[in-house]
Amino acid sequence: MIGVAVPRREDRRLLTGAGTYLDDLDLPGCYEAAFLRSPHASARVLAMDTTAAKALPGVIGVWTGRDLADLVKPIPPKVTNPKLYDVPRYPLPPEYARFVGEPLAVVVATSRHIAEDALELIDVDYEVLPAIASTGAALAPDAPSVHDEVPGNVAVHLTQTAGDPETALATAPHRLRERFVVARGGGHSMETRGIAASVDRATGEIVVWPCTQSPHYTRNLIAYFCDVTEDEVRVVVPRDNGGGFGPKAQFHGEDAVVPYLARLLGHPVKWIEDRSENFVATMMERTQVHDVEVGFDDDGRLLVVKNVFQHDQGAYCAGLQVPTITLSTLPGQYRIPNIHTELIACYTNMVPTSSVRGAGRPQAVVAMERMMDRIAEHLGADPAQVRRVNLVQADQFPYQVGLTFRDGSPLTYDSGDFPALHEAVLDRFDYAGERDRQRAALAEGRLVGIGLGAYVEGCGLGPYEGARLRLRRDGTVLVTLAATPLGQGYETVYAQIAADGLGLDMRHITVATGDTASIPFGQGSFASRTTVTAGSATLQAARRLRERILDVAEVLLKTSAANLCFVDDRVCVVGEPDHGLTLTEIAQVANIGKHGITLPPGVNPGLETTSYFAPERAAYASGMHAATVEVDPETGQIRILRYVIGHDCGTVINPMLVDGQVLGGFAHGIGNALYEEPHYDAAGQPQTTSYLDYALPSAVEVPPVELVHLYTPSPLNPLGVKGAGEGGTIPVPATVANAVEDALRPFGARITSLPLTPAKIVAALTAG
Amino acid sequence: MPENTVGEDTHRITTTVNGVTQESVVDSRLSLADFLRHRLRLTGTHVGCEHGVCGACTVHLDGAAVRSCLMFAVQADGHTVDTVEGLANGDELSPLQESFARHHALQCGFCTSGFLMSAAEALREGPVDTPERAREVLSGNLCRCTGYAGLVSAVVEASDGGEGRG
Repeated sequence: MIGVAVPRREDRRLLTGAGTYLDDLDLPGCYEAAFLRSPHASARVLAMDTTAAKALPGVIGVWTGRDLADLVKPIPPKVTNPKLYDVPRYPLPPEYARFVGEPLAVVVATSRHIAEDALELIDVDYEVLPAIASTGAALAPDAPSVHDEVPGNVAVHLTQTAGDPETALATAPHRLRERFVVARGGGHSMETRGIAASVDRATGEIVVWPCTQSPHYTRNLIAYFCDVTEDEVRVVVPRDNGGGFGPKAQFHGEDAVVPYLARLLGHPVKWIEDRSENFVATMMERTQVHDVEVGFDDDGRLLVVKNVFQHDQGAYCAGLQVPTITLSTLPGQYRIPNIHTELIACYTNMVPTSSVRGAGRPQAVVAMERMMDRIAEHLGADPAQVRRVNLVQADQFPYQVGLTFRDGSPLTYDSGDFPALHEAVLDRFDYAGERDRQRAALAEGRLVGIGLGAYVEGCGLGPYEGARLRLRRDGTVLVTLAATPLGQGYETVYAQIAADGLGLDMRHITVATGDTASIPFGQGSFASRTTVTAGSATLQAARRLRERILDVAEVLLKTSAANLCFVDDRVCVVGEPDHGLTLTEIAQVANIGKHGITLPPGVNPGLETTSYFAPERAAYASGMHAATVEVDPETGQIRILRYVIGHDCGTVINPMLVDGQVLGGFAHGIGNALYEEPHYDAAGQPQTTSYLDYALPSAVEVPPVELVHLYTPSPLNPLGVKGAGEGGTIPVPATVANAVEDALRPFGARITSLPLTPAKIVAALTAG
Repeated sequence: MPENTVGEDTHRITTTVNGVTQESVVDSRLSLADFLRHRLRLTGTHVGCEHGVCGACTVHLDGAAVRSCLMFAVQADGHTVDTVEGLANGDELSPLQESFARHHALQCGFCTSGFLMSAAEALREGPVDTPERAREVLSGNLCRCTGYAGLVSAVVEASDGGEGRG
């Protein structure tokens, strides 16, 4: 079934309103929580009076950070570095608020209405402190400190080099430099965050229902905060999860507070984030400022790239994954002998940074791909040709970039065919024809431009993911995964993979996800990693279960396993369809058994298999985008006239779903390129806190796309797959910005800051 | 004082939801979305933004698509409400629902009910037979997963198929 566009099993319930998301669970009598959040970007809590709030009828309790001493433990960063100046991030900080929206107290009441009424009765005395609301402000001389213990506000400063970049820059025939500012937006899953928890009195377990991308990570941290073993916490992610996109893979303060209070009260408690909270308190991916310099020869061949970038880490380091990915994504599809890439991550008084679809890659691609166009412009060359002479060639894989990956191994691309991808996209785009049409439009006085953008994406990251398969009493096979779906269609995709591994029709296979009691270890759905890791684990476990089923059948049918095959739900002797056993019969013997009766000799009971797949290193997906845009010089409006996406994610399990991932990622990239900007004022006050101010693209903003696929299997996993979840997003800001600058070239106008808003276009034209 | 008032902040309301008459006593401040979801347990209607922009909570009030997060339950007194749970004919999906599945117009599914209800109303009003028209019809709802391509195709196909019922 691998490679078949199988319709999704999930769709029927979702189309009929029968899906089950967190807030749909039946939790009779459940209390509801509401959080008091800091209205200041930087403040010290001098006093908090909760007396009136506690007295409100229906209020069960009110707790400040100082009341919950057990929770004054730092949430560790997800990805760290020995050089990181880490500062503790507490679920409910007892004294200092570091960003607007940081939770400082919690009310639990019999209804959300009452809990929110009580919030208004809490009296807080704040000492407002100076705030930092940009990387520039953070790094300015004599800037106030976001955290007293980190003077200068630098969270981490890391440099990676390959070759001898300084000498190469000094001797390069041509040099260009530019500063690019890339604002990134939030995840904006249509379902916000949320968590519910209860204590199961029968087992003593704290049962937690979060809408998370990472159930086991959530379980482990709740166990840490509640000071219990991980087996005393059971995380069950509702089977329908309304999107993730990165922030739901993080652990936020509320994720510790709600289970802790459910245990304290011995009563179910839930908190569903509302959208206004989501805008200020859910982590987002934030701005980077890139200073890029390139050295190249007369043919546009890259000799050296130097990129020094500031990264806004927000108020705390929830993890360094985003900037370290930026650090290693820079070289992209190009052979670059000398590289200097340098990260300065700083603390600011804004919500912490998490991965958001693309996770640090779109920023790196902006730095690299925009300079490729500048090189072409400088030489009077064609941007497609400048890329062509620099591409890593198909016979150079595995290709060592010269940098180090975040796991410490040499950064190595496993497979791909960048030249073929490049030409396939240009063909589909009719590049020469588009250039002719561009010239014709320019002759009519229209501002039309063409942009290209290429990228690589390290995906399918470790450490591992698991799958557990079991033959059930009704003869069906259950596939249990640790990773949770966020809309990708796991119930369909993993049944397809298991079907091929087992040699059994998909209709005998069911997929279950998201319950830590069903599979003990897991990482989660993020970093375009799950098909590689959980997919390979599913295939391995399925193949092993097939062997084990046939081993039992061999004994019962008195033949050899080599003579057996599956026919529908039966194991039969090859060529003798009447001579066989149903899977139900095999399950009856090997799994159910008869009370006190010895098994037939040679039958190994317990037909279940578990497999964990740990990739040796990241598999590299790649892609190239091409766009034609038209700019209205009066209004600054940008219209996308054509958009072609070339995408290579190796073997494709379900082409319909992969296309869906690419197109959805593309829409997210359009938001980043043209519309989305979580704006904070100089005092750190968020200014875009509703969908009236924050422009999430709708159907009229997202243009039609033409897709071109290349299939270069990865040698690093048995399926040959690579990730598909984020590639659609990654090069969109760079591609659109290149096209817009191409359109503005007659005026020499520069656009170096994303998103490309009409106001910026008009300003650039006025300045030009 | 309105005649349906029972207490200081509560009201007795009568609604017809998916063809069933419901007598309820509701708080003044209970939104129609919360009434449908938490009182009637019709959880197919979702709440995405609570300020009327995302459209996930779209239902039909006397046949017109409305944002149930922007209405109070008490405002539905005496009215007919239809939700996503009423779109299919028993086990048989409506042509629009079928078309959504065929064109992969949904991923996480959270926004889906709202898109179905908005599109069903538009199709009842007239044909949505071009991608451009479909994009306009769909532009009142937000989806973060699909990139809208499947939604556009699904609505156009449902229109071509003579979708009238929604």
